[in-house]
Amino acid sequence: MTVDTLRRDPPKRSKPWPETWVAAAFVAPAALVILLVVVVPLARAAWMSLFDIELTKPGVEPFVGLGNYITQLTSASFWDSVSKAFFFTVVTTALELSLGIGLAMLMDQPMRLRWVLRSLVILPWALPTIVNALMWRWIDNATYGSLNALLTQVGFVHDYVPWLSQETTAMWMVIIADVWKMTPFCAILILAGLQGIDRELFEAARVDGASTIQMFRHIILPLLTPIILIVLVLRTMEAFKVFDVIWIMTGGGPASSTQTVAIYAYRTAYQGYDFGQGAALGYIIAIAIMLLAAVYLWLLRRTGSTKS
Amino acid sequence: MTRFSAARRGVAWRLLGTATAALLVASACSSSSGTPNNSITLNVILMKQAAYSDTDIKAMDDAFTKANPNITINAELVAYDSLHDKIVTAQVGGGGKYDVVLMDTPWPAELVKANIVTDITSKIPANFTSGVFDSAWTAAKYNGKIYGVPWINDTKFFFYNKDMFSKANIAAAPKTWDEVEADAKAIKATGVKYPITASWKQAEAVICDWTQLAAAFGGSDFVDASGKALFNQGGGLAALTFMKKLIDEGLVDPASLSQTEDDVNSVMSAGQSAMALNWTYGLAVMNDATKSTVAGKIAVAPSPGEGSVTTTGVNGGMSLAVTTTTKHPDEALQYALFLASESSQEMDVANALPMWKASFDNPTVTKGNPDLFEAAKIEFAGLVARPVVPYYTKLSNALQDAIQQALLGKKTPQQALDDVAAQLPTFQQ
Amino acid sequence: MATSANGVDEVMNRPMTTPQRNLASPTKAPLPRRRKPITLRRVLRTLFVYAGMAIALMVILGPFAWLLISSVADKADLLSRPLSWIPAHISFDRFVDLTVGSSPDDSAQGFRSALMNSMVIASVTTFVGLSVGTVAAYAFSRFRFPGRGWMILAFMATTMLPPIALLLPLYQIMSALGLSDTPLALIIIYSSFVTPYVVWLMRGYLDTIPRELDDAARVDGCSRLGALWRVILPVSRPGLLSTALLAFLLAWDEFLYALVITQTNASKTVPVALNDFIGRYGVDFGRLATGGVIAAIPPLIIAFVFQRYIVAGLTAGSVKG
Repeated sequence: MTVDTLRRDPPKRSKPWPETWVAAAFVAPAALVILLVVVVPLARAAWMSLFDIELTKPGVEPFVGLGNYITQLTSASFWDSVSKAFFFTVVTTALELSLGIGLAMLMDQPMRLRWVLRSLVILPWALPTIVNALMWRWIDNATYGSLNALLTQVGFVHDYVPWLSQETTAMWMVIIADVWKMTPFCAILILAGLQGIDRELFEAARVDGASTIQMFRHIILPLLTPIILIVLVLRTMEAFKVFDVIWIMTGGGPASSTQTVAIYAYRTAYQGYDFGQGAALGYIIAIAIMLLAAVYLWLLRRTGSTKS
Repeated sequence: MTRFSAARRGVAWRLLGTATAALLVASACSSSSGTPNNSITLNVILMKQAAYSDTDIKAMDDAFTKANPNITINAELVAYDSLHDKIVTAQVGGGGKYDVVLMDTPWPAELVKANIVTDITSKIPANFTSGVFDSAWTAAKYNGKIYGVPWINDTKFFFYNKDMFSKANIAAAPKTWDEVEADAKAIKATGVKYPITASWKQAEAVICDWTQLAAAFGGSDFVDASGKALFNQGGGLAALTFMKKLIDEGLVDPASLSQTEDDVNSVMSAGQSAMALNWTYGLAVMNDATKSTVAGKIAVAPSPGEGSVTTTGVNGGMSLAVTTTTKHPDEALQYALFLASESSQEMDVANALPMWKASFDNPTVTKGNPDLFEAAKIEFAGLVARPVVPYYTKLSNALQDAIQQALLGKKTPQQALDDVAAQLPTFQQ
Repeated sequence: MATSANGVDEVMNRPMTTPQRNLASPTKAPLPRRRKPITLRRVLRTLFVYAGMAIALMVILGPFAWLLISSVADKADLLSRPLSWIPAHISFDRFVDLTVGSSPDDSAQGFRSALMNSMVIASVTTFVGLSVGTVAAYAFSRFRFPGRGWMILAFMATTMLPPIALLLPLYQIMSALGLSDTPLALIIIYSSFVTPYVVWLMRGYLDTIPRELDDAARVDGCSRLGALWRVILPVSRPGLLSTALLAFLLAWDEFLYALVITQTNASKTVPVALNDFIGRYGVDFGRLATGGVIAAIPPLIIAFVFQRYIVAGLTAGSVKG
């Protein structure tokens, strides 16, 4: 036992510091690492967002105050990108949550070889994002993709479909790629929640004659609410600022149909050469996410679950 | 437990040691611009998978340093997709890191306006001006001034499958696009599902094809001097209408709308189509016996014309530009000129064409591919550039979108192009 | 049966002990011993469950299996229409080429140095994040001090920032410091977003370790730091492992910052190297698949072997908030 070891050779006594100082000392390194790398660029980005900085007008950088923000907030392209991000967020989160619950319930069932499913389920989540995006880009390929091959061979479609080149389907393909990767994450968390539920509740309900569906609605769902909320928070915030998977799969196209807000911001800065507006957009996105987080925090407090 | 603490401590120290060592090594490898004692380092950014391999570039750089011992070259090769953004980021954000940058044909206007590249018109040696094809210079010109040394020369040729042609009793390659249409119909009658394959993906690829056709149909300017759109009438409109017609008639594979240039090579190599436009490198790929089922059957011809236009070719070349932020402009230009001339000797003609007129008459260069050079000689007379305007990227993106819409039948060609024309003023601000 | 809010709290706030509570293994609650009658309902249910599992496995493994097949299939088979699912010719040439070969466009060598870079960067980032974050987490867990809540919120808020907001300023700063195109730049940046996660996870974990241990150590004369180092950390080994693994995966995965800050093989990471396989005129998907498979192996192995810890880390962090 460690404590006994310490008894045998006690360390040198040192004068105790005031607790606040000690706390500060403990937290300082982390604060340094986090805030230094974040705060300085953030400040600089804030500064840049107040000026009209365009590459095509070098050396001419007038102060525009909130001009960049107003331009963006009144721009149709901006709101279009927001709606795309919103659509992506809602659909992926809904799918991941529902499929995750289903998968978790499946993994909770007593059955042989359950361990196979449980061990393999983590793999899609562990796959690096870029590999996932490239893999789905290849699967969805219009000329040689396996999705097209599968669908035509099974007979669902007549001819190969350019999934990633059509406005109507491109967003859905990106959603599928994200859902495939992140559903296991949700399932794992929900499974943990499921396993925290007392089995006796089920026994008693069974005795009372409840069907599976009734048990789901009245026992499982309410007890899972806290974990579901947490999953919702995590996924929503990640999904809203999605960039990597869309950038690799479609680059924001075709015709801006997958151009979410983060992609729009990148393009404004690096292809539209407007760094002032790019910086403003970055801030708008950040603020939006903070607001989302605040809403969720409030919701969490209301359901009386864990403190943050 | 204590044993574990000690072990953990040991591991921790070892890890820290390795990490520090790694960091030191890594930092030592980072690039530095300018070392003391009179030697100069030039930072150059080029493209991977260009006409020259990384090893070729290294060889040329070493040769340059041998001839100029006080100059070392620090070359970065990046993927094409990243080239543009990296140049912009470095010159704007990084305070001007590079001395020489590789510039794609549509970029001079943007880069000049953004004050990233310098005017070198007066510094080009006479042998360059006279020895290099006039059309090659369009890759680096803006407003009559020259901003780069042409380096990689390329255009799209017309490739066709000789076997499929003879099966349809077509004697010679088509010289006009009307002939192409007629030939395609004849070939389709012999049982080929889609006689023509194209790289009409919503990317720069489709703009290249469309430009080439537009010029053939008589429209070589996109925007007039006052900034009004010309592409939604004349040759531009005719070209788009023609492209749509080919799809509607079942002569062009609809999958072309998602295809890149590599895909076109694959389709031709699999013997699925009879005709295609592609860059120089396509010929070597399609005739490669190890990869192609139709090796030896693919021939090359100058791109068809129409009406009074004999032939057209979109300029897909790239040039080496000197940046405005370089501290050694003369040495930078020297390097660019060296690369452009030296490489003519090392020319990998399978992937790009020489830009020196002399090379075309040099049997050792042309003997590997006499047909290609014949076709090139003819086509070079008709090279056209994509619009050289500062807002090219925005224009290109809008046009890519419009062309897709038109080809998919969502808008009429006229409507699609008119919509882009309407957006023009917003690009031009 | 009481399923009120209190019951929820009680269940959810049950302290997370060290993850010997293995989620990959069967639940602790014993199945009922009595024989179940073979009813139609039961049979259907079993069929349903097994079918569900089969479908789930196919969906989970299918895409990745296709990636593997693509990496070993001959180009002709890869580009055949109609597609042949089992390629006629299998060759591991691409794997050999990427792992030991050298290609004219330097992509194979570049890929290998990218693997090395990613390894170094992810490891060092994990080490830094773990050290710095655990110490801070201990403070948040054990001490009460003014501004504690705000600090935690501020830390978590930094993870909500979209990379695009910081991209250009960070690039400018790194260039000004002479760090552009160095692994060190990425280590610094990655540490900044890995550390908040470490703090969040480790705080939740440390909260489950009884204060009595701390007190006992201090009674014996340990300083605060000493108590942490000698007593608490050894007990937290599983939590530390979980957090380390999650941090590593996070760092390995990052793309956008790497894309902008790296230029040459000196600092390119795996995601950027994979992106480089995308050529000007098209993509060699066979090669890309091979690169993808190789790039996926380290994180996949880590996740598969250590999933017990990873899952515990994820759930501990989430359940405890």
